Amino acid sequence: MWSRGLKPKGSLKVADTVVGENPDPHAAGEDPNRRDFIHIAAGAAAVGAVGALAWPFIDQMNPSADTLALASVEFDLSKVALGQQVTIKWRGKPLFIRKRTEAEIAAAVADDGANLPDPQTDEERHKPGKAEWMILIGACTHLGCVPTFAGGDYGGWFCPCHGSHYDTSGRIRRGPAPLNLAVPTYEFLSDTTVKVG
Amino acid sequence: MSGHSTYEPKTGIERWLDTRLPIVRLGWDSIVDYPTPKNLNYWWTFGGILAVCLGIQIVTGVVLAMHYVPHVDHAFASVERIMRDVNYGWLVRYMHANGASMFFIAVYIHMFRGLYYGSYKAPREVLWILGCIIYLLMMATAFMGYVLPWGQMSFHGAVVITNLFGALPIVGEAITTWLWGGFAVDNATLNRFFSLHFLLPFMIAGVVGLHIWALHVPGNNNPTGVNVQSKADTVPFHPYYTVKDGFAIVLFLILFATFLFYNPNALGHADNYIPANPLVTPAHIVPEWYFLPFYAILRAVPDKLGGVILMFGAIAVLFVLPWLDTSKVRSMRYRPTGKLYFMIFVVACLVLGYCGGQLPDNHVIPGLSTFILIDADLNSMVWLSRLATLYYFGYFLVILPLLGLTETPTAQPESISTPVLSHPAGMPAGAVAAPEKKG
Repeated sequence: MWSRGLKPKGSLKVADTVVGENPDPHAAGEDPNRRDFIHIAAGAAAVGAVGALAWPFIDQMNPSADTLALASVEFDLSKVALGQQVTIKWRGKPLFIRKRTEAEIAAAVADDGANLPDPQTDEERHKPGKAEWMILIGACTHLGCVPTFAGGDYGGWFCPCHGSHYDTSGRIRRGPAPLNLAVPTYEFLSDTTVKVG
Repeated sequence: MSGHSTYEPKTGIERWLDTRLPIVRLGWDSIVDYPTPKNLNYWWTFGGILAVCLGIQIVTGVVLAMHYVPHVDHAFASVERIMRDVNYGWLVRYMHANGASMFFIAVYIHMFRGLYYGSYKAPREVLWILGCIIYLLMMATAFMGYVLPWGQMSFHGAVVITNLFGALPIVGEAITTWLWGGFAVDNATLNRFFSLHFLLPFMIAGVVGLHIWALHVPGNNNPTGVNVQSKADTVPFHPYYTVKDGFAIVLFLILFATFLFYNPNALGHADNYIPANPLVTPAHIVPEWYFLPFYAILRAVPDKLGGVILMFGAIAVLFVLPWLDTSKVRSMRYRPTGKLYFMIFVVACLVLGYCGGQLPDNHVIPGLSTFILIDADLNSMVWLSRLATLYYFGYFLVILPLLGLTETPTAQPESISTPVLSHPAGMPAGAVAAPEKKG
């Protein structure tokens, strides 16, 4: 293949040194030559280099190491009165810590079989034996606004931005939000202390 | 930039420069001896007005950047410092904030002008698409600029808009985290928005250069939509349109100054004078007025992904408009049926803007509850938004494609000069006059 490419018709000069003639081998219907190889190799090297350089410039916008390090918070549950909620900041987002009344728990359990957009039982949304503690990320699953406490048609939360109604289990019942309020990773260190994250 | 250059360097230094960098020639051919249709009306002055708006935003923005601090702990206070302590800071900041609104007023009029007179049709498709790109860049710039004061509306507006990308399946969450540089809108977000808010206006300026280039190749459209056929149809840009544009710019600046000096916060929202609090969302969160129609479209759809797709689709449809409109007649002046549908389209856009500023469950006719249709009262902003959204898309996707095939346009003049010259005696030939039918 190479040897054919190096023999232009009617000339003893190799393709790379032809001056004043059409250097395009394909115009005469010939096979690829060394010049084609160098074009493709240079082009591929340039594309590879741009690709390799692009990634650092894209990835620099992802969360930095110090942001990722802000992992967990501990919270003293004795600050929350029955039927009330405390909002703290965790990873830049609001975190709801709500101490539910018996009536609120009963209402949530009673609706386990209701027609839920994102079906989950109340049992699945709290720690075993800790039904009074509802710990949720306070960002509406629609567009991230902070739902208001005890608002809406189901007594849980109501998002003022676009009208999503959540029940006392934080499950979406009506409105544009697609999912239930997210439950973060957490554990009870004692009866009065919870560690989130 | 098109046709033969009429520039003749008169002095030695001009001749010397012309053979090295013909920049004076470029200016001469673009804004002095550029042949312009002689019948352009005042709707055509908004291009010049927009250039002034961009200039004002860049100059005031560079000044504000000298005093602004892009950090969550200092941003709000630094803006207040600009307002209270920096010499003439209040003036520069109010110019910048109201200038954004003025920019959008002008660009919307400019776009409706293009829609009415068919300025997007061949051979001006690329000109139109470049305009759509400028509009997209303007929206991105305005959104990020609104975040910078770090008030309640800034913060929660940023939360809502960045969360729109979370609606995308699979990659949504990764994209929002990437946009934020964290797990929520925070300092990293503010910093990058400041950087991009500084960059984008210069990208707009670059695309404006292409936009003007793409204008000067086919030349201006005009109110009749009829092509320029001879020199009798045109006048030189200077002095005819430098003066006309200049007059319009002065009128526009009077409107600007009225807001700036008498009601500088009329177009803003009081909640943005409350420092950002990530734990409490304002009860009634709305974007700036120029985004309200799109916000109404977003809220009209009861599905998260569907709403986002329709909202972006409302802008995307503009890009393909040149190929949706099947009518060969450019100007709506000669399309009586088309004109009617266009007027309804303008009303639909205004209705969407109105709905976007209201709560979704608000009644359209106060105090009247009708019945719940699917998920909301029929007499609610949600249903009005849905109606207007349907018309918005229907206009582009159904009406314009079909109407061009079925309607009967009225007679177009043979040339731009004909309606002027055939006018009864007393009209000076070549005068810049409107044809007998006013648009």
